[in-house]
Amino acid sequence: MLTKRIIPCLDVKDGRTVKGVNFVNLRDAGDPVELGALYARQGADELTFLDITATVEKRKTLSELVKRVSRNLNIPFTVGGGIKSIEDVRVLLESGADKISINTEAVHHPEKVDAFAGEFGSQCVVCAVDVRHNGSFWEVFINGGRTSTGIETITWVKELESRGAGEILLTSMDHDGVKQGFALDITSEVSSVLSIPVIASGGAGTMDHFVDVFTEGKADAALAASIFHFQEIAIPDLKEYLQQKGIPMRIIDQQEQ
Amino acid sequence: MNGTVAVVQYNAGNIRSVVCALNRLGIEPLVTDDPGKLREAGRVIFPGVGEAKSAMEYLDSRGLSKVLRELTQPFLGICLGLQLMCLHSEEHDTPVLGMFRENVLKFPPEDKVPHMGWNRITGLDNPLFAGIPEGSYVYFVHSYYVASGPDTIASCMYIRPFSAALGRGNFFGTQFHPEKSGAVGQQLLSNFLNLETDPRTRKE
Repeated sequence: MLTKRIIPCLDVKDGRTVKGVNFVNLRDAGDPVELGALYARQGADELTFLDITATVEKRKTLSELVKRVSRNLNIPFTVGGGIKSIEDVRVLLESGADKISINTEAVHHPEKVDAFAGEFGSQCVVCAVDVRHNGSFWEVFINGGRTSTGIETITWVKELESRGAGEILLTSMDHDGVKQGFALDITSEVSSVLSIPVIASGGAGTMDHFVDVFTEGKADAALAASIFHFQEIAIPDLKEYLQQKGIPMRIIDQQEQ
Repeated sequence: MNGTVAVVQYNAGNIRSVVCALNRLGIEPLVTDDPGKLREAGRVIFPGVGEAKSAMEYLDSRGLSKVLRELTQPFLGICLGLQLMCLHSEEHDTPVLGMFRENVLKFPPEDKVPHMGWNRITGLDNPLFAGIPEGSYVYFVHSYYVASGPDTIASCMYIRPFSAALGRGNFFGTQFHPEKSGAVGQQLLSNFLNLETDPRTRKE
């Protein structure tokens, strides 16, 4: 049976992880490579690196980082942040990334989704969609959630799928960082109308929130950051718990990694 | 043949991931589309992410189809690589290389397609799986599948039972990505690199 995926997300700036990560057993918790390898050993099913480096010059550090990650990581990983051109994608894939993620750029230039999927295959094109309920409908936001677009979410994700997106990473901005659970309604709706997998993001606070997003929310994967980084929930415990709740999980012997 | 591990260079991605996985095993592979170098290599890996028809057109246009078919050393196709080693693919109705006797079919839309993520492999029946427990999880991304047939050496279930791996003579293929399948995948690649090459031990 295909398992549901658990995906830790690391924010990276100038080649270093950003948020204070309090792993005591790491030599350098700011090193995305070491942190990624630790998550892989713990049974993370994939990793996502989100680059929030502000300047174009410093972005060169990203491809160097991706090379170091790919040398050390034997599970799939996605890189997102500031990707605009086929050349940007090529550099990251040739550095060893398995997938790239785009968000604002897809809204400004939807044809780039077609272009990236056509050039490199849908399997490596993850489209991130940030949404918020505006009182009448679930609206798509861009620029890290600062700018409204007036675009309705279901219409948008269907368009992304038809243009060749391989997966949708759906973040509810109202739920993100609040730790009160994922946005189950919109996640379920998006998952139901699409044939491609949906990764739910935003709101994870307890292990039961993950149960809910995989059952009621119909998500194929769940992404979270701080609860993993601050060890509020350990990945092996989470996966064990979800499996006990009847959700198919890849449980690994930690010795084998 | 020499001790080189060659990775076939062509127009279907993920070559870098395979090279990284081999590096982790201490191997520096030769990425090449040179027929002479492919024939000389001790092992050949045929990765692939992409679409069957354009991949076949590329291989045909460079005279590689015949070269690959006639190789005699241990040969491992991965994902699209495996599908290209079958007889025919439903993806744009494409005749493929024909090392295996199976055909490539499209998943019916009864569940999400592509089949993406970690799934269990069973019926492990080949030295390629030495030391890999029955029911291990490996990473898949594919919209087309190979039904079970005489060359099936591992199976998986998604919408339909399908071949997770095929083997015939010196030719092997995995539908999943060993280079992205954690410790299990690394074990498989290591097994492939250490396969007995005596033809008497080959499965026919």
